[in-house]
Formats: sequence, structure tokens, C-alpha cells
Amino acid sequence: MMEKVYSRPAGIFEGAVTGFCPGCMHSSVCKIVCEALDELGQLDNACYVQGVGCCGLAVTYFDMDTIAAPHGRACAIASSFKRCSPETLVFTYQGDGDLAAIGLAETMSAANRGENFTVIFVNNGIYGMTGGQMAPTTLLGAKTTTTPDGRNEKEHGAPMHMCELLNQLDAPAYIARVTAADVPNARKAKAAVKKAFQYQLEGKGFSFVEFVSNCPTNWGMSPLESLDHVHNVVLKEFPLGEFRAK
Amino acid sequence: MAEKIFMKGCEAVAETAIRAGCRFFAGYPITPQNDVPEYFARRMPQVNGVFIQGESEVASSNMAYGAAAAGVRSMTSSSSCGISLKSEAISWMAGARLPVVIANFQRGGPGIGTIQPAQQDYMQATHASGNGGFRMLVLSPSNLQEAVDMTWEAFELADKYSRPVLLLMDGFTGTMMEPVELPEPLSEEQVAAIRATKTWAARGKHGAPEQHKVMCGPGLDTRISQMGMNIEDDKLYKTWQTAEIDYEDYLTEDAEVIITAYGISGRIAKSAVKILREEGIKAGLIRPRKVYPFPDVAYEKLPLEKLRGIVSAEMSIPAQFATDVERVVHGRTKIVTALSSGGEVLDRATILDAARGLMK
Repeated sequence: MMEKVYSRPAGIFEGAVTGFCPGCMHSSVCKIVCEALDELGQLDNACYVQGVGCCGLAVTYFDMDTIAAPHGRACAIASSFKRCSPETLVFTYQGDGDLAAIGLAETMSAANRGENFTVIFVNNGIYGMTGGQMAPTTLLGAKTTTTPDGRNEKEHGAPMHMCELLNQLDAPAYIARVTAADVPNARKAKAAVKKAFQYQLEGKGFSFVEFVSNCPTNWGMSPLESLDHVHNVVLKEFPLGEFRAK
Repeated sequence: MAEKIFMKGCEAVAETAIRAGCRFFAGYPITPQNDVPEYFARRMPQVNGVFIQGESEVASSNMAYGAAAAGVRSMTSSSSCGISLKSEAISWMAGARLPVVIANFQRGGPGIGTIQPAQQDYMQATHASGNGGFRMLVLSPSNLQEAVDMTWEAFELADKYSRPVLLLMDGFTGTMMEPVELPEPLSEEQVAAIRATKTWAARGKHGAPEQHKVMCGPGLDTRISQMGMNIEDDKLYKTWQTAEIDYEDYLTEDAEVIITAYGISGRIAKSAVKILREEGIKAGLIRPRKVYPFPDVAYEKLPLEKLRGIVSAEMSIPAQFATDVERVVHGRTKIVTALSSGGEVLDRATILDAARGLMK
């Protein structure tokens, strides 16, 4: 009899059909989130607020109560939901267009109030769902469908760094940037997600974990090329680390 | 009989909401409804409720959506241009079928308009408070006792149908003071019991996998049919056409002239009817208390062909409410309008002159 050493994490639908593109890191992030919840014994007590964009595809992944948010509003909805259900573990699942562009006010304001929920922020530097437009996090020089000659600072501004921006506020309790681009980093990422959830369970306030992610489809790369690009280029713009752990 | 209290409209609405079990309010400052969030800010902590001053109208209406998803009786309020910003979340409430009470203390428009009272959001309120063709029950009081009663009713209806309900106020009914009799507050046990009935609310699975709940329309979830949900909504709205008709019919039995108006204009119109009667003109009043669904039957049952005509009064130029009256009457009698807008008070003399003109 062979020993079973790996299986689908609890918290992901049995027979889940992925909507994510081949090689997209979203699948790994969903898996890490579910493993962290499972290890904390919180899978049955978790509700998540789903952003709009590729992150919305998580609705066919996460086997837990889901509150869909209008584009950008996840942090506003998580604020009121958590205050009305303080016993529930609440997280938002958002991409960079959702969280850093249309939802910037909601993100910063919820963080500034120190709302006691967790943000899982998947930053792939592009609008994936809609076909590859420039995001606030798009790297300088990157060609997207709305920056056909590449993003230039003078016209489009420089990439926004959400961890660094949030770190200017007094209230947030935990801020970290991680990636799942390789196995050692994926392990560190899970530890960060667990820590963020633990902060919430202890009532410490706003916790934020940014995943530096990839988008093979809209970056025009193979999955492996996109991971190399994360390591060689993207992480230079978005350095990993724990920015705050109160 | 309970004691009568002299209260401002905004505060009477907020106090009634709390008595009706509202335990979440989010709002954003905008004149003429600032007394609503200010009142909730003081009162919510006393009943273990939650008040949040949102960073925007957009955020505060989405917060109301989030609280409703948790099963809590939830409310937000604003005025006109602020309601436009809330239309995103209102449409999502309709799509996700979440009960929230929204109050609009109307001011002049379009755009920033004026901060004074108006009724210029009629079309928006009754036909399109957001994308997607949904409808809401729209209650419009003409005095503060009615505002109190309708606030209570709005929470009941929101829960009954699991849909957003709009309280269509105006700058008058929000800022004037009148004696009101407030309802007895629900007990904490009753408030908790109402929340417990909402088995659809998100709370985590807690060992019941079949309880997995999604608060939204289909979005990217191919397991849900948007057309199926639209058909269900349509069926529901059709039931409202009989179940939720609500209007005041005053002295119409022998009337030759009908004055029709809603909200604060309905109150001005009623006083005009009394004056016309004293002059010997047989005037009557039709005043929709709910403007959606529109009470077609109130006009259908009149002897329309025998009337001298109808005066449709409202604080909106161009007229909006009058288009619903015209739709029902369909040329069977003459309709004239008595209008003001942009924060100008509707002058009763305008209504009187219009009615007298029909008698010539």
C-alpha cells in the first residue's frame, strides 16, 4: 500500500475546475491560503470577499462562504462584514487593478482604520481578465495593450508599491510581500499568510500579504519564462519581506 | 398611546431604524441629511450596533451591503448626487438579493445642483437606481409620522423580499420638525432572532458543507444563470403590482378635478384640495405613498372621461412623476402640471391656479 503524501488541500472544491490560465500563480496562492486556514483550524470559520478580475475565478476554487464585491470595494465590504461578525475569519482576495487602482481609497481607508481582517493581494502587474491593460503596478517599459510603446514614467507614472504605501500608516498590524515563484518562497509565503490570519484571530487589526505573481498569458511568456521574469526583473522592483509585524 | 416626541425628520428616521432593529449604518457627509449619520454615530454604540463613517458614498453603501451579507439589518442614506454614487452598491444589493434600506433626502439637480429640497430623482428612484434593470420598492412620506411608519415598514419589506428598499425623502421631510409617535423598539432578543432567520447569510460553513453561500450574481460562477435570476426577479416585481400598491385617496368620490402628487408635494396638494373645496370646486387628491410600484389602480378607478382634468404637482422641472400619471391616464382626461425645482419651494398658489384653470 502506497502512502498518500499529497492531495488537494481541504477548502478547495473537490473536482474544482480551474479557470486560471496554465502556469498562473493564482492556483498556488489559493492553495497556500487554504493550507494556512486548514492548519489554523479555520476553514469552517472563514468567509472571503472576492474582488473583480482574475481573482474572481477563485469562486470556483474556495469552498467557503463568499461575498462578491463590486470592483475595488472588497475592503469596504470586509470592514462592515467583519465588524458585524467579529467571530468569523475574514479575508479579501484581490488583484492589483482591483486593490490599487479602482479600490485604492477603500484599501487605504480600511487599513487606516485598522480593520481586523486580512487582505490577500495578488500582484501580477497587469489587468489579466480584461486582456492585458496597464495596472498601477505595471513595470516601467512594460508593453501592455494600453501602453503599446511601454509604460513611461512621464505619461503613466511609476509602479505603485502597496506594501510601502500602507507602511506609511500607523494602524496596520502586519504587512508582508511574498511570492510563490519557487518552493522555498512558497513555504515562506504560507508562513506569512498564517501569521496574517493569526494576527486577525488575536484581534491585532489590519493584515496584508502581497503575492508577487505572474501572468504568462498577458506577459507573452511561457510559464517558466514568467517565473524567471519574476525572479530576474519583478522582484527588483517589488522586494520581498516583512514590512511590519506589530 | 405612546408619547409624542418633537423630532427632526432625519433623526426620526434614524431612531425608528434603530427601533426596527437596524444595527449597521454607514454614511458620508452630504447636506441635507447630515443629521442621519450624526444621529447613528451617537446611538449605535448604545445598542451594540455598528456605525462607520465611510471614506466615500461608494464605500459606505458597499459597507451596508457587507453588513447585510452578515445578516444584520443594515442602512445607508444620502442625498441625490450622493445616491448616484451609491447606485453601484444598490445594483449589487439587488443582484445579490440583500436587504438594505437606503434613504434619499432629495435635493436639487442635476449634478451638485442645490442643497435645498427637491424631487428631481423620481426617474432614478423608480426606474433605474443602478445598472441591470432591477426595481426597488420606493416609499415616499409626506409628513414625519409617515416617515417613521415607512422607515419601520422599509425594514420589514427589505427582509420580506430580501431586496434593497428605497425611502424617498426630500430636504423638507429631512430637516423639518414635527411631533411623532415612535414605535416600541425591538428587544435585543428579537433583533437576534431576525438575524437568525437569515440562514442564507455568510458566516462560515461550520460543518455544514451544503451551507456554502455566495452573495452575488453569477459573475464568473458558471453554476448560476443570470437569466434565471432575472426571470425570478421579474416574477417578484409583478407580484408587487398588486401586493404593494399603497396610496392615499382623499375626497375623490365626487371630484371634478384631481390633484396628484407624492412626498412633500402631496402634503401641499392636500392643503390645496381643502382650499378648493371651500371655494366650491370639487377637488380630490391621489397621493401615492409608494411610487414604485406606481398605483395605476388609483387613477384607473376614477371616472377619467368625466373629470375636468388632473393637476400633477411635483418639485421637478422637467416633470418626472407626471410621466407616470400620463402613462396611466393615456389621454382620457387633460393633465396639467404644477412644478418647481432646483430647491425652489412648490408654491401652493401654483397648484390652486392650475386647478382653477381646469374649471374655466
